[in-house]
Amino acid sequence: MNEKIRVIVAKPGLDGHDRGAKVIARAFRDAGFEVIYTGLRQTPEQVVYAALQEDADVIGISVLSGAHMTLCPRIMELMKKERLDDVMVVVGGIIPDQDIPKLKECGVAEVFQPGASTEDIVAYVRQNVRKK
Amino acid sequence: MAKDVSDRVGKGVERTGPFTTVSGVPIDRLYTPDQIRDLDYAKDLADPGQPPYTRGIYPTMYRGKQWTMRQFSGFGTAADTNERFHYLLKHGQDGLSVAFHLPTLMGLDSDDPMSEGEVGRCGVAIDSLADMETLFKGLPLDKISTSMTTNAPATILWSMYLVVAEKQGVDWKKLRGTIQNDILKEYIAQKTYIFPPRPSMKLIVDTFEFGSKHVPQWNTISISGYHIREAGSTALQELAFTLYDGIEYIEWARRSGLDVDEFAPRLSFFFNAHNDLFEEIAKYRAARKIWYKIMTERFHCKNPRSAILRFHTQTAGCSLTAQQPYNNIVRVAIQALAAVLGGTQSLHTNSLDETLALPTEHAARIALRTQQILAHESGITNTADPLGGSYFVERLTLDMEKGCWDYFERLDAMGGMVAAIEKGFPQREIHDAAYEYQKAIERKEKIIVGVNEFVMDEEPPIDILLIDESVPRRQVEQLRKLRETRDNERVRQTLEALREAAATHNVNMMPSILDCVRAYTTLGEICATLRSVYGVYEEPIF
Repeated sequence: MNEKIRVIVAKPGLDGHDRGAKVIARAFRDAGFEVIYTGLRQTPEQVVYAALQEDADVIGISVLSGAHMTLCPRIMELMKKERLDDVMVVVGGIIPDQDIPKLKECGVAEVFQPGASTEDIVAYVRQNVRKK
Repeated sequence: MAKDVSDRVGKGVERTGPFTTVSGVPIDRLYTPDQIRDLDYAKDLADPGQPPYTRGIYPTMYRGKQWTMRQFSGFGTAADTNERFHYLLKHGQDGLSVAFHLPTLMGLDSDDPMSEGEVGRCGVAIDSLADMETLFKGLPLDKISTSMTTNAPATILWSMYLVVAEKQGVDWKKLRGTIQNDILKEYIAQKTYIFPPRPSMKLIVDTFEFGSKHVPQWNTISISGYHIREAGSTALQELAFTLYDGIEYIEWARRSGLDVDEFAPRLSFFFNAHNDLFEEIAKYRAARKIWYKIMTERFHCKNPRSAILRFHTQTAGCSLTAQQPYNNIVRVAIQALAAVLGGTQSLHTNSLDETLALPTEHAARIALRTQQILAHESGITNTADPLGGSYFVERLTLDMEKGCWDYFERLDAMGGMVAAIEKGFPQREIHDAAYEYQKAIERKEKIIVGVNEFVMDEEPPIDILLIDESVPRRQVEQLRKLRETRDNERVRQTLEALREAAATHNVNMMPSILDCVRAYTTLGEICATLRSVYGVYEEPIF
């Protein structure tokens, strides 16, 4: 069975800048993925709950407000608690270089900074996702 | 080799193109008098300072009054930002522009659970009048003009500013400044909304009425295309949706019984400056002309000042690159040039490091210096509308205008902007444009230096501004102390009066919000009360 890759595109925190999240959601859809966009201002709990409910393979988190070092570790912690270890998490947005190792340390697979192409992001997800 | 090239050029062979603006509009090889046959100088252009103001709103333009150099700033606590304000004024900035952090913009206090991780991050934390007093410490409010970027809670932050003035002994009639107060573009683009459209529009109309009576020099709204463009729209969409938002505000104010000429002179606009120099210049020129026509032909204004479009410009944050960030200085300079050639009244130039973090002092100073170089070294301020009469610029200006009227027709047919937003129309148009732009970059139809061409593998890191990790703790601690020391009975009473006013139709909300603020009722408390009456807006997902 070659099922579609299921992706949650999430915007946690108070930030409303959703251009990137919506563009990447559409690029995932065009690449043949099943995409669930959570909408704005989701708590980490809501994001992880959505991943559980939707049986997601991937969570794509978009943060532009600088709150990523609070929000992402919390999401990763909750995922461990829910035993969602096989769900890949990627992060995009305004993420300074020095935060990338810290995000990877807590389990984020990859971080995409401004200027990343949707093609590269799609290719990364395709190659690294662990289909259940 | 040289001969080959000259042969090719001689035969009129071109590169394959496409030759389009940054918004994807096709551009001809050459513009001649033929393309502007339909242009009538008196009707379409006229001298600067003359209707329809295409060439500028003042006869002398920058020979008379330089644009205001107004750098948007705010981070950390009120004390941190107050220090930056003093720094910017010392370096020759003319006016202040406050960036609030996300919890303030969303009507939440710094100790709200949703505020965690966001306190002082992308703006200054303001929870109550106490913070606002600190923010403007040592800054006489009758001497400076202040712009405040706030929308859903604009009434509250403006009230805080008015009470600070009261405490400084400054007459409200002397206050100059702007509140952004443009909720429509929040639903359309930036998404920093709290309440549903109807009560939000009511609050805005309340500020029009209050301002015209009590704070006559204040711009009670800055109708903004900036965020629409940042969300990915084309230049035309930015212009059309913004001007139509202006129409919508006027319609709502008139329905509530205000006369157009009472408030229209205090409406101001805010546009983006993207990379495509001529397309941007055409946009600003068309904006003035279209607004003149809207005000005179649609709203029949009698005061000539009601028909004059004044605008602020900010260079395009979305055009900056994280790669080779020093290149951003050049992008900002080109964009600022467009704004000045387009006749802007005030300007913010972005800092080179803004795709990475909030700007450092050093980066912010270069951004300000960019404006000063344009003003004092480039010579472009010597004459008004130096590009007037250019076949190319005039054609682009006429086309921009035509495109706007077409959009207005569609929006009128939908029943206005609030109805269009509820249908998701502007949101979809912008998203389609954003996606198309991204694809054009990935196909290399559009070259972004350092991103999809002229790339460097290894780049030296640059210093960025780090927000002091103790900010949230200090801010929450101050808030806790405030809640302990203020007169909480008075707070309760002001909130109760606020609730009653909100539940009553046709009561201007400003007086009860001012009373809340004077009692050091927090922004979060005021917004929670208003939410309980007005409800909250949930965006439909398109």
